[in-house]
Amino acid sequence: MGLFDHKLKDLQELLRKKEITVSDLVDESLKRIHEVEDKVKAFITVDEENARAKAKELDAKLSTEEANNILFGMPIGIKDNIITKDVRTTCASRMLENFDPIYDATVMNKLHNAGAVMIGKLNMDEFAMGGSTETSYFHKTYNPWNLEYVPGGSSGGSAAAVAAGEVPFSLGSDTGGSIRQPAGYCGVVGMKPTYGRVSRYGLVAFASSLDQIGPITRNVEDNAYILQTIAGVDPNDATSADVPVPNYVEQLTGDVKGLKIAVPKEYLGEGVHESVRNAVLEALKVLEGLGATWEEVSLPNSKYGVSAYYILSSSEASANLARFDGIRYGYRAKDAKNLMELYKKSRSEGFGDEVKRRIMIGTFALSSGYYDAYYKKAQQIRTLIKQDFEKVFENYDVVIGPTNPTTAFKIGEKIDDPVTMYVNDLLTIPVNLAGLPGISVPCGFNNGLPIGLQIIGKHFDEGTVYRVAHAFEQATDFHKQKPQL
Amino acid sequence: MSRISKEDVKRVADLSRLTFEEEEIEKFTTQLDEIIRFAEQLNEVDTTNVEPTSHVLNMKNVMREDVSEPGTPREELLKNVPDHKDGQIRVPSIIE
Repeated sequence: MGLFDHKLKDLQELLRKKEITVSDLVDESLKRIHEVEDKVKAFITVDEENARAKAKELDAKLSTEEANNILFGMPIGIKDNIITKDVRTTCASRMLENFDPIYDATVMNKLHNAGAVMIGKLNMDEFAMGGSTETSYFHKTYNPWNLEYVPGGSSGGSAAAVAAGEVPFSLGSDTGGSIRQPAGYCGVVGMKPTYGRVSRYGLVAFASSLDQIGPITRNVEDNAYILQTIAGVDPNDATSADVPVPNYVEQLTGDVKGLKIAVPKEYLGEGVHESVRNAVLEALKVLEGLGATWEEVSLPNSKYGVSAYYILSSSEASANLARFDGIRYGYRAKDAKNLMELYKKSRSEGFGDEVKRRIMIGTFALSSGYYDAYYKKAQQIRTLIKQDFEKVFENYDVVIGPTNPTTAFKIGEKIDDPVTMYVNDLLTIPVNLAGLPGISVPCGFNNGLPIGLQIIGKHFDEGTVYRVAHAFEQATDFHKQKPQL
Repeated sequence: MSRISKEDVKRVADLSRLTFEEEEIEKFTTQLDEIIRFAEQLNEVDTTNVEPTSHVLNMKNVMREDVSEPGTPREELLKNVPDHKDGQIRVPSIIE
């Protein structure tokens, strides 16, 4: 049994009893990276030097009060769109290939204060736009369960690194499913918190009304501990919510008696693979066995989610990515004759195709004469999708369905067909549009590839989502299986 | 019928401050047309009198005290600037 097969709480116990050191934990992570990174390629940057130095520094503090923090000494990987001071942050783009941030994201400050050790920066789709990590400027990441398959995306590196045991925990970001989808494909636990639960300060913006940072871990309890650490209002992010952060771990009681589950018929309908549908129905039986009840409901507007999402997220992206002009930071093209040419050449050479596609969609949707037909219409659909969920939550505690309609697809299979790639996110997108918390937990396998169960809660009710996910996890063995690498 | 023409793509590219080779224009015309066609399924839905949602939480303006703080040092701000001289950011000529 490897060190990272222990849950966070047990690792902390071993540290406190001085049976292991922080250096042991960091060595374990780096050793595993050296063993499997050639195959998985989850990282853009491995920060070995700083990680080892930090470990030594923390080992000297093992007997201090500081060491009582649950995350003290724990190695963690960070998606490369989260700003890390003095550690290159690329967004997997040529545009930011040499970008050295001068400050830390709020989540990084919180992790540092808790004593966590950053191991490195994880691969992703360029600027988080994609569902396969194939649009990274640097390299692809491979699914640890089968290296011919994608790990999902955009937080593909974050999910693959945890599944492969390179780090026990990571942070990702989720705009339309980018934490839950790869967590589902890689058989790990991925939480997208309520919009506003975690500060976005220092998260390179893609679609500001949808983006949220969240943890990816091997089990639900670890996930709850990490969200506990990074959640909360932040004066540097005016959209972070001033809502108290409850004790999530306390809520992991294993008790779901009387819990009322809604299962949207749209989430088990057309396009959802039989193996996925069956795994979800089996999971519902498990929860029934624990005393919960479930009923079929309808989210009639969810089928419009993908279209509305691509209009809204691309529109926001086109505005957010206007800042990359080759002037103050990022890639600057050579030999531009005038300022306009500098803008155009720097952006055209610095961004990859998918990013350009989204900027073009967004600019088109916001351009004069089209605004009402596309952007405003999509915002109205967003209202209807949000209301669908509100109605269901009047009578139910959680909504459950699959995370993804299928298991992971093959590398190269969808990359040339944007619409097919987009439709793949149909079960995760409505959750972002409504701003709700959602988690993916392992609930089965098909042909050796993991299947994810999605549990969606009310605004700021991550506690119930975790409680249900944990009860299910404790009653099953899926999370204990590991890929052979 | 095609919703997006090559001219549309060139116009949007200009607004986006992007340039494309002729064959890329062809590709983007086809792809954007497919994406917009797909997005037009939203027209099936009657949204008369539906308020648009720009932000999911019921938040109003978030205010704070206006307290002055030291700014970021110039060396730090220049750290990622591709071209600078004497503490200034250098750009190509703006006026022809």
